[in-house]
Amino acid sequence: MTTAAPRSTAAATPPAGAVGTAHTRVEGVEKVTGAARYAGEIPFAGLAHGWLAVSTVARGRIRSIDTDAVLAMPGVLAVLHHGNAPRLETDYIGMLGTRPDPTCTVFQHDRVPSMGWPVALVVAETPEQAREAAESLVVDYEQQPHDIDFHSGRPDAVGLDGHMPAVTGKGDLEAELAASAAVVDAEYTTPEEHHSMMEPHAVTALWDGGRLEVFDSNQGATWVVGELAKMFSLEPSAVRVRSEHVGGGFGSKGVRAHQVAAVMAATVLRRPVRVVMTRRQMFSLAGYRSPTAQRVRLGADADGRLRALEHRSLSLTSTVHDFVEPSAGHSRVMYDADAHHTANQVVRLDLPTPTFMRAPGEAPGSFAMECALDELAVKCGLDPIELRLRNEPERGPVSGLPFSSRNLAACFREGARRFGWAGRDPRPGVRRDGRWLLGTGTAAASFGAGAGPSTAVLTAEADGTFTVRIAAADIGTGARTALTLIAADALGVTTDRVRVRIGDSDFGPAMIAGGSMGTRSWAWAVNTAAAELRERLALGADIPPEGITVRSDTTAAVGALARKERHSYGAQFAEVAVDLTTGEVRVRRMLGIFAAGRIVNPLTARNQLVGGMVWGISMALHEEAVRDRATGGHYGADLAGYHVATNADVQDIEADWIEDHDPDDPVGIKGVGEIGIVGAAAAVANAVWHATGARHRDLPIRPDRVLRAAAEKAPHA
Amino acid sequence: MREFGYHKAHDVPGAVALLGADPDARFLGGGTNLVDLMKSGVERPARLVDVRELPLDAIESTGDGGLRIGATVTNSDLAAHPEVRRAYPALTQAVLAGASGQLRNMATVGGNLLQRTRCGYFTDVTKACNKRAPGSGCPAIEGEHHNHAILGASGHCVAVHPSDMGVALTAFDAVVSYQTAEGTGELPLADFYLPVGDTPHRETALPAGALITHLTLPPAPVAARSRYRKVRERASYAFAIGSVAAALDVRDGVVREARLALGAVASRPWRARAAETALTGAPADAASFAAAADAELAAAKPLPDNAYKVTLMRNLIVAVCTELAEEAAR
Amino acid sequence: MDPSTSSAITLNINGEKHTLSVDHRTTLLDALRERLEMTGTKKGCDQGQCGACTVLVDGRRAVSCLQFAVAAEDRQITTIEGMAEGDELHPVQQAFLDLDGYQCGYCTPGQICSAVAVIEEHAAGWPSAVTDDVRPEAGPPPLTPEEIRERMSGNLCRCGAYTSIVQAVARAARSGRAAGPPATASAAGDTQEEKDKEAAA
Repeated sequence: MTTAAPRSTAAATPPAGAVGTAHTRVEGVEKVTGAARYAGEIPFAGLAHGWLAVSTVARGRIRSIDTDAVLAMPGVLAVLHHGNAPRLETDYIGMLGTRPDPTCTVFQHDRVPSMGWPVALVVAETPEQAREAAESLVVDYEQQPHDIDFHSGRPDAVGLDGHMPAVTGKGDLEAELAASAAVVDAEYTTPEEHHSMMEPHAVTALWDGGRLEVFDSNQGATWVVGELAKMFSLEPSAVRVRSEHVGGGFGSKGVRAHQVAAVMAATVLRRPVRVVMTRRQMFSLAGYRSPTAQRVRLGADADGRLRALEHRSLSLTSTVHDFVEPSAGHSRVMYDADAHHTANQVVRLDLPTPTFMRAPGEAPGSFAMECALDELAVKCGLDPIELRLRNEPERGPVSGLPFSSRNLAACFREGARRFGWAGRDPRPGVRRDGRWLLGTGTAAASFGAGAGPSTAVLTAEADGTFTVRIAAADIGTGARTALTLIAADALGVTTDRVRVRIGDSDFGPAMIAGGSMGTRSWAWAVNTAAAELRERLALGADIPPEGITVRSDTTAAVGALARKERHSYGAQFAEVAVDLTTGEVRVRRMLGIFAAGRIVNPLTARNQLVGGMVWGISMALHEEAVRDRATGGHYGADLAGYHVATNADVQDIEADWIEDHDPDDPVGIKGVGEIGIVGAAAAVANAVWHATGARHRDLPIRPDRVLRAAAEKAPHA
Repeated sequence: MREFGYHKAHDVPGAVALLGADPDARFLGGGTNLVDLMKSGVERPARLVDVRELPLDAIESTGDGGLRIGATVTNSDLAAHPEVRRAYPALTQAVLAGASGQLRNMATVGGNLLQRTRCGYFTDVTKACNKRAPGSGCPAIEGEHHNHAILGASGHCVAVHPSDMGVALTAFDAVVSYQTAEGTGELPLADFYLPVGDTPHRETALPAGALITHLTLPPAPVAARSRYRKVRERASYAFAIGSVAAALDVRDGVVREARLALGAVASRPWRARAAETALTGAPADAASFAAAADAELAAAKPLPDNAYKVTLMRNLIVAVCTELAEEAAR
Repeated sequence: MDPSTSSAITLNINGEKHTLSVDHRTTLLDALRERLEMTGTKKGCDQGQCGACTVLVDGRRAVSCLQFAVAAEDRQITTIEGMAEGDELHPVQQAFLDLDGYQCGYCTPGQICSAVAVIEEHAAGWPSAVTDDVRPEAGPPPLTPEEIRERMSGNLCRCGAYTSIVQAVARAARSGRAAGPPATASAAGDTQEEKDKEAAA
């Protein structure tokens, strides 16, 4: 460490702000050279490889597991299952306010509640040996009849509160519908969707000097530490979780079966154990977005003013854990009506537990409501943007609370101008380019803008640089880079003097990378610590060799936020081409204009917003996990069977933003992780209607569905 | 994946001898399908005989206007070959419509013909499948079948052949040459794939232990004006839900000769002979093309969720033939 | 290990020879990642369905998950670790970095290896599935964004960074052919996005 006289930091002239200027990723060179090590890539002496064995029945009990044959195979070290695995503590409430999903607290009983349920972990010297042994493991099941039949009208559907109340309501819906000049009553469905991040879930667990060390791919080290400590009855300080680089998360990378199984094996074998999910296993073990069946009823006056709004959503969960896909939540924020009723219901089926997936609730909910509004606009003879502008609420339609800022109208105005919306011919099916029918569509977007408590550690180093330590996760968001810019501005220095270290639970508790809250929450903590550090440095003392370190904790500040409707907003536009003879749909052009608070790094934020819109294309046209009713398992559980958008599916997409600012955030940030997908599928579906005249209320808009709709519209074509 | 022995073959007789009569041995070409099937447990060979380095990687003129294509020629080299692009452009288009650039660099011509169906019941060893486990049943008929066969299927199997290349080769009357320990043999592609019947696990007429050595494309002047169109559920890197390889010789507004083959509709690339017959001598107009499509598709027996393919194939045939006729008129 | 199911092999990777004993089941991908600590090549699906494991084999792009290491002997293998010349990034790497052609970075090495090959395949005159006329007399197609998108479609990017990836490939292709006609890639423009990227670069 240098002992040279430190540069006076506090007295330096503040450079032009880094926040708001484009910066390439600080870990970019590592990523483009292959030097960045992800969780499954860190070498350990004596590493053993675990392979999960999963159930081949959708419901039943394990009668017996023939471990002897497998233990005799080359290289096999252990077979963990419900008969010999360590017992776990499962009666606790975790960081996200819920009990652990039994899908993750593995090998605790003989019941099988879904196809692909983890039944054993086979550990061997090499991955090839572990795989063959796990696939050779004979498990005898007592099979029971299963029910995976998801559809609207299930009599056993129940309202579940989840992260928001199940039911809201005001006014007389039927009376307002009856009094309406225009009514829409339609059901919309979205299928089972999977995160399908490129890096499979991977972990290496080992004991080192009495501490459990976990090298993991996750969205929050604090989250994973908390869960593992509770499950294994350890002090949180006895567990360290690190995740330097994370190959995508999208809501799926919390605590799942593989980490728990790896910790069990490392504990039993006393050597490092790595467990990586196979792509096929991810379809049953990594969580997913529940399918939804949504009924929307809208009633409006002739001028488009909403008198009645009903949005009821049904999703599914497993029989062992409750999770709600709160699709009706979209309508609680976006539109008011004299009679306003929303409900989120679930049905419990013999399927794995769904989980958060990019814009939970908002992604499917916006598809239904924003398509329904498009239908209403047609019935009212109004431009769909005008319809939305006429229904801008003054306060939260359900909460009655004021909005912290609501710049939806400005997004539509700017988007309409840039997209060339003015003069759009509203008639469907009248524009053609060769074999392609052309159409345009729009939709609104919103996503909650929140913050979670975080701590950050800032050190002024003796050499004049600064080190930021925070248990943040960069799952592709550019968090590491954003926090570098935040810290530089907060400290009044240039970015080259700031080094940000993340992905280590030893840095103290911090918010997860989720809910579009990560960067805002971490930035708040970094900003707070930086303010204190500047005060310390302003006293003018020399910096000792070990540096000067301060720690922040935003728990009180975040908790003191006034209750308001806090959201990002956006206006989505799409132009599609549809070939009615083949059913092919291509999205030629998309534009999203967002009001998403202050943008920290335009380069990475734009990329993330566009990425969300790509998810919208993928959701609208491609994604659908197919279930085989007879077995209760998937059909085609791989990336050839589950289609996500390829490069060729994404033509011209642009995302931009208008001036927006969260007045109660120290930096003005809201969050950009999720809003890009919200409304995007609806904009595409509305454009398909404009191109063809056919409403597609069931996603994805596959060629066979387009062909069927064309045949129904024109039976002699 | 079970452990296996590995041998690299250096000449054709050596390769055939190394495989011998061992039912648990497989030839390994590009591996793009076999290695995947070994990982999923569908294939569990005890020995692999690597044939990638056999001297079968040439594309040569047959002297009469045809082409002889070695079995280990990669898909990429086939697609990029100037003579293929000139004389059989639909073949290049078909190859390029398949898989990805990476996979086309690996996959071989011989292996492409022998690739297995991507039916999700076939590739999942936890499920029943008559093709993989004879007698276990065909769950697709009652289950998921929206991309399954509408032509030539049976109550035992409704899977489709996944090849794009094979569709064009079928239209151009390719002949498969092979070698066994007993000597060499030939099979026209039309006879190469066996009918499904009650033996969907028996896919080709190749004798046991045979190694495909090359394909011969006979001269076909009509093929110089040919096209391949593929429809899939995303814009690229996906298997077809329907495809058409077509070649038309149109003179004075009349179809003199027609070649037509369909993909993703049957257990093999489907030569549309009824349609060809209907087209030959007919005016090159939309009505003729539609009538020809109807003639072929009259035999279609769709299931509830794949009936759209009848419409799709009809529309595709009309569209591709119309494009070719317009091209001829220019 | 049963000698008949394993072999001692020599792999030639980025110009260096590596001798190791492999279980025949070991794929080239696993040999790189698990045996040689060259983890830049990524395992996304292990089934040839995502492209994350793309490397160059004898100069051509290939997925390393669907080839056995034992069958890769005597071939020249280039991985992402072999792309840069010392500290100087390959133009494709530099373009991905400057234009933010990635987010989580996990598909990135495969995208970059693929892009390097795409530029060479195009330079060699290979047509693609979106090339309107594949006949040799039609000449090589210009490397339009549409051509790049199709040629790069064997590499999935779930973060959805495709538009930046296309811009990066177009820029790298232009830089490599300064003497030739400029690629018609219209990726460049005067949008705010372009300005940001130029500023960041």
